[in-house]
Amino acid sequence: MTATLERLPLLVRDWITGFFPEPVRWLVSGLLAIVAILAVFGLYFAYLTLAERKFLGRFQNRPGPNRTGPFGLLQPFADAVKALTKEDIVPQAADKLLHFLAPCLVVAFGLISFAVIPFGRYLIPVDLDAAVLYFFAAGVSSELALFMAGWASHNKYSMISAMRALAQLISYELPLLLAVVPVIMLSGTLSTSKIVVAQGGWTFGIIPHWNVLTPWGFAGFFIFMIAAVAETNRSPFDLPEAESELIAGHLTEYSGFKYALFFMAEYFGMSALCGLGVTLFLGGWQAPIDILQVVPSYVWFMVKLSCVIFCLMWVRATLLRLRIDQLTRLAWKFLVPLGLINLGNAAFWHLSADWSGPLQIVRWAISAAVIVIPFVLIGRTLSSGLAPRTYRYAT
Amino acid sequence: MLGSGIIKGLAVTAKNFVGSFHDPERLPTVEYPEKRLTLPEAYRSFPFLVFDGENAIDGLRCVACKMCENECPPQCIYIIPERDEKGRPVKKPKVFDIDLSVCMGCQICVEVCPFDSIKMDQVFEVAATNRFEGLIAHREMLAKSNTYYHQIRPTEAAEVDTRLAEEKRLAEEKAKAAAAAKAAAAAKAAAAPKPVATTAPASATAPAAAPASPAKPAVAAPSPSPSSSSSAAAPMAAAPKPPATTP
Amino acid sequence: MNLILVLIGGLMLTAAAVAMSLRNIIHSALLLIGSWLGVSFFYLWAGAEFVAFAQVLVYVGAVSMVVLFAVLLTRRDRQDVVVAPETRTRAISALLVGGSVAGLLVSAVLGTPLATGPAETPTLTVKDLGTLLAGPQAAGLLIAGVILTVALLGAVVLAATDSGKEDAS
Repeated sequence: MTATLERLPLLVRDWITGFFPEPVRWLVSGLLAIVAILAVFGLYFAYLTLAERKFLGRFQNRPGPNRTGPFGLLQPFADAVKALTKEDIVPQAADKLLHFLAPCLVVAFGLISFAVIPFGRYLIPVDLDAAVLYFFAAGVSSELALFMAGWASHNKYSMISAMRALAQLISYELPLLLAVVPVIMLSGTLSTSKIVVAQGGWTFGIIPHWNVLTPWGFAGFFIFMIAAVAETNRSPFDLPEAESELIAGHLTEYSGFKYALFFMAEYFGMSALCGLGVTLFLGGWQAPIDILQVVPSYVWFMVKLSCVIFCLMWVRATLLRLRIDQLTRLAWKFLVPLGLINLGNAAFWHLSADWSGPLQIVRWAISAAVIVIPFVLIGRTLSSGLAPRTYRYAT
Repeated sequence: MLGSGIIKGLAVTAKNFVGSFHDPERLPTVEYPEKRLTLPEAYRSFPFLVFDGENAIDGLRCVACKMCENECPPQCIYIIPERDEKGRPVKKPKVFDIDLSVCMGCQICVEVCPFDSIKMDQVFEVAATNRFEGLIAHREMLAKSNTYYHQIRPTEAAEVDTRLAEEKRLAEEKAKAAAAAKAAAAAKAAAAPKPVATTAPASATAPAAAPASPAKPAVAAPSPSPSSSSSAAAPMAAAPKPPATTP
Repeated sequence: MNLILVLIGGLMLTAAAVAMSLRNIIHSALLLIGSWLGVSFFYLWAGAEFVAFAQVLVYVGAVSMVVLFAVLLTRRDRQDVVVAPETRTRAISALLVGGSVAGLLVSAVLGTPLATGPAETPTLTVKDLGTLLAGPQAAGLLIAGVILTVALLGAVVLAATDSGKEDAS
């Protein structure tokens, strides 16, 4: 039963490809993977927007959208219809081709990063040997689309915002990669499916061997998630389109469905990056407890992904937007040094792999100290003179 | 330590999130068209005209004195007094319009009204499809019964009613006193012819002036009226009433 | 197979050629990035996926940003764009430099013994590549890293002294 459920997507695929002659089956199965990703993550995107609005409402003591359909469940479709029927305005001085190309490219790059994420035990669209590298290559390409959007609008504010966005994305590319490197070092592979397999197994059947449950893994996950929030332009790092301060940054001159496409790309990027985070640190499709393996692996993946995205919404509901200098300072003075130290920490963990018995406790203590002490020290130097803030006129 | 503030903030929002599902304190939103808050008694939106009795137009307390029209800061009130067939003004408004798109709800008309005839309403759903005609409230639309007034703000309406009743009582007393004085004067006048023959003819004017002197304290009586809010308006209100009630 | 190679080569060369002929410098830069993407497609076609993704990561992600930032932060007026060589010396020096670079490249290509005929596709995993880089080729990797770090430090020093002067004045 469990095995059948586990293989269910594969069975469906084989059943559909069975209708086609042998020579084109590889093409059909490839297309099926694309269609499945588009359908599942398209729907996931639609309901993510609704969930985000509902949850943000709850975080802020209000019920959120609940008028369209039962519990507002039809809201995403109403939004889609609204976006599609809106007038699509292209500025007269805009670079028409690039203006059109930018939203398409940004969605395309967001989507192709899904190709290497293992959604389940047997569910990985493309099992590449250099999957992590591929993921980041696809990620950086979307920066180019962002630049194109800003430049093609022929609006100086769009242009400046696009440059700011690029500065932010480049700044956070580094901590993101530095957080990923320890995982690659310790699992000895760039392939996402093998990284997940390496995190299999449980101690006493209840404690999973996920990377996040080690000192270096916890620090790495922490850095990774902060950088991921910045990479996907979400609050508190949503400076590129800070709708309350800038008009909408590089999206100023976009309207109608092109504007919606940028948001689609943002949510795709967020889902993909969180998916990578789940894959690298939270054990991917592995069940948290040995007994719970009866639940199919792809369900576990989606549950973990949703939890991580929920945490991002939580952070969005809580924190204020940073200023651009605070943002880059956080990246270069805090996350990058911490990431480098964490790299050394992971190396220590790798070298002390054969310690056992009481030495195991020493290993944990050293590893935790190596990451906690710099965290406290860097935090103290960075925040010295900043807190506690005194208000002269307010009480 | 760095990040402790963030964790505190996250705890606050988490409390909100969890609390919003079971604690009404954490989800104070009222879903308006289905559920409504009970408005506080002092809530006010636009003015309306109070009438007594059954007929909305005949029972209007308004006497078209135009005080509200004169005082209205944005000048949203427009009054034409009723005239009888001889062209003399009757104490009724023929036209009483309030432009709701101009009215700012300042309540000055209510403050100045000597007859307690204009009051603030609590209806806020005044949306209309036409911004010219749709938002001008006419006399018929503005006239609302005293019962309605009691419904929306019971305390204030009760206060106004006791004040009006008191004024009415005083006015009746005064009228009675005036009638009594008149009767007394008439009796005196009837008794007078006797001494007329003995006294000087000039003294004949004195009995004529006599009925006026007891009437004076009756006019002054309403000033220590129990109503505190519009004690200034009370004598003004009392002044025109006796002639209205005497016939 | 060869058709794909021809297509990729055509894409790269057209992108490069159009980039040179365009007057809009941003379009040229974007086309240049397109041609770099073509290079990575070529690597993919050749089976070197690690190099291909590294090419995208480095060229499309980083170098392109340097190019675009340089273009946008450089003051440029339409009148300043000179297409025709102004002087004879300029033309001669351009020819000299271009010619020497071309000569170097051609001699390098001709001097390398290229395997002809059907060669066996090497089955090189990323792990093999890593061991190779960290083992026998470690010196080269380290030297490259040191040079890049020095360049980074130099850039920081340049930027820092500039702002220091501004502060002093």
